[in-house]
Amino acid sequence: MSTLTYAVADSATMLGRQVRHMLRYLSMTLMLIGMPIVLLLLFVYVFGGTLGAGLGGPAGGRQEYLEYVLPGILLIAVTLGATGTAIAVNMDMTEGIIARFRTMAIFRPSVLTGHVLGSMLQTMLSLAVVTAVAVLIGFRSDATPVEWLATVGVLAAITFALTWLCVAFGMVAKNPEGASNLPQPLVFLPFLGSGFVPTDSMPTALRWFAEYQPFTPMMDTVRGLLLGTAIGNSGVIALAWCAAIALVGYLWARKLYNRDPIR
Amino acid sequence: MTTIPSRPAIRASGLRKSFGDQLVLDGIDLEVPEGTVFALLGPNGAGKTTTVHILSTLIGADAGEAQVGGHDVAGDPDAVRSAIGVTGQLTAVDNLLTGEENLLLMANLRHLGRGEGRRRAAELLAQFDLAEVARKPAATYSGGMRRKLDLAMGLVGDPRIVFLDEPTTGLDPRSRRTMWQLIRELVAGGVTVFLTTQYLEEADELADRIALLDQGKLVAEGTPDALKRRIPGGHIRLQFAYPDDLAAAAPALGEATRDDDALTLQVPSDGDVKSLRALLDRLDDAAVEVAGLSIHTPDLDDVFLTLTGQPTKDNEKEPAR
Repeated sequence: MSTLTYAVADSATMLGRQVRHMLRYLSMTLMLIGMPIVLLLLFVYVFGGTLGAGLGGPAGGRQEYLEYVLPGILLIAVTLGATGTAIAVNMDMTEGIIARFRTMAIFRPSVLTGHVLGSMLQTMLSLAVVTAVAVLIGFRSDATPVEWLATVGVLAAITFALTWLCVAFGMVAKNPEGASNLPQPLVFLPFLGSGFVPTDSMPTALRWFAEYQPFTPMMDTVRGLLLGTAIGNSGVIALAWCAAIALVGYLWARKLYNRDPIR
Repeated sequence: MTTIPSRPAIRASGLRKSFGDQLVLDGIDLEVPEGTVFALLGPNGAGKTTTVHILSTLIGADAGEAQVGGHDVAGDPDAVRSAIGVTGQLTAVDNLLTGEENLLLMANLRHLGRGEGRRRAAELLAQFDLAEVARKPAATYSGGMRRKLDLAMGLVGDPRIVFLDEPTTGLDPRSRRTMWQLIRELVAGGVTVFLTTQYLEEADELADRIALLDQGKLVAEGTPDALKRRIPGGHIRLQFAYPDDLAAAAPALGEATRDDDALTLQVPSDGDVKSLRALLDRLDDAAVEVAGLSIHTPDLDDVFLTLTGQPTKDNEKEPAR
C-alpha cells in the first residue's frame, strides 16, 4: 500500500474510534447539540421581540430576528463543538493509548485527523439539528438548493478551520481545564460581531473590531446565502480567514504532536 | 539457551538522555540476541522506562545510537515500529472501547485485512482468557485484565520484538503468574522480549540475561546465574543465647565467621540438607545449645544491593569482591 492509502485507511480507523467515543460519551455530544438550541430559543423568544424591532425591517419583531440571529447561533454551535474537540484532544493525549499509537507504523497525523473528522461530523450534525429547530419555530429561507449547498460548504470550511485551531489548543494546554478555557474567546466572538445585532449599532471602537474580526464576514456570508441577499466580498474574506486559521491550526498542532511526548 | 544468532534483535551503544538538567541515561550499551529474554532491572527512577521509550521510538536520545530489528531507531523509526510491540507502564488501552474493539483497532492500524483482523482478535481474546469480557468497555476491567488486554494489543501484528515495561507492577500475585505464563508462551514462539522490572524474582524467572540499571548506568550484566556468582556464597547463620555457647561451638565447626557481639557464627554452606545435617550433628557432639538457625542462599537481591551500593537489609553480609 502507498503512503496515501495508509493515510486514508489510518485516518478512517481513527475516525471510527472517535465516532465510538461520541456514542459512548453521549452526554457530551448531546450537550454540544443542546446548548445552541437553548441559545436559539432564548434569543428568539426572550430578546427577539425587542431586538427584532430594532432591526427596522419590514416584517419586524421576533420573526425577523429569528432570520437575523440564526447564523450567529450556528457559529456558536461551531465554536462549542471546537471547544469539545480541544477537551477531547487534551484528554486523549494524556492516555497511554496515544503513546502506543506513536510506537506503531501508522500515518502519524491520523490521530489528529481522526479528531478533526469526528468533530466535523458531530458539529455538522449539531448544525443540522439547530437549523431544523429554527425551521420548526418559523425560520423560512429563500435560498435555492445551490445556496443551501454553498451554506453547508461555508459552514464546513469554518468548522474545519476552528477545529484544527482547537486541536492545537487541546495539545498546548496542560490539562482539560486549560483546554476548555483556551477556546472560550471564540465562543464570544459571534457576540462581538454581526451575529446578534448589526455592527452599525455599536460604539466606534467596538464597531471597528466587529467589522474586521473573522467571524463577521463568516456570519454575513451564511446570512446572505440563507436569506438570498447579496454577500458582496464577505464570502471571499470568510474563506480566506478559514484557510488562514486552518493552516495555522494544522501546522501548530502538527508541530506540537511531533515533539517528544516526554520532555 | 540455544545458539546465539549473529544479528542482535536490539543493539544500543552510548545512549544518553537528559530531561532538563536531570541526567536520566548516562551512556547505555546493550545487545539482545534474537529469540532471548533480556531484563532491565532497577529501582524506580533508574531510567528503565526512558530506555524503553528510546528503543521503541517514542522519544529521541540525546546521544548514542540504537538498532532494533536491524533498523536505526532515529533514522528509520517506521521500520522499527513495524517490527515491535510495546506494552507500556501506563496501560495503553482505550477505556471507552470494548476489549474486542481495542484489538480490532490495533488490527486496522497494523493494516491486517478485515477477516484476518477478526481472526487474530478472537485468537488473542481466547489465549488471554478475555473472551467473556470481550464486549465490555475496557474501563470496567480489573487491573489484571487491563494488563492482559494491553499485552494482547501489542501482539496483534505478531511482532518479532516485544517491549514490556514493568508488565506486572501493581498486579496481585496470581495475575503476575498469569502474565509470566503468557510471556513464556511468547518466548516459546521465538519472540525477542525486552523486559523492565523492579522485581528481582521476575527477572530471575523470565530472563536469559539481566542488566542492572542504577541512576542511568548499567552496573552489571550477565545471566542470572553469573550474576548470582558475583556475590558471596550462601551460609548458615547460628544464633547463640550465651557467649559460652558460642565459644564452645566455634572450635567444633572449623571454618566459620564468628561475631562475639551478636553472638553468631556464619558457616559457609550452599544450604542443602546433607551439609545442614552434618552441621547439626557436630553441634550435637559438642553438646552446644543453639538459640536460632537461619539458612541464607544468595538471590538477585544480594547482587543488586551489593552492586548498586545501597545499604543492605542484612548488614552481616560481606561486600562483593
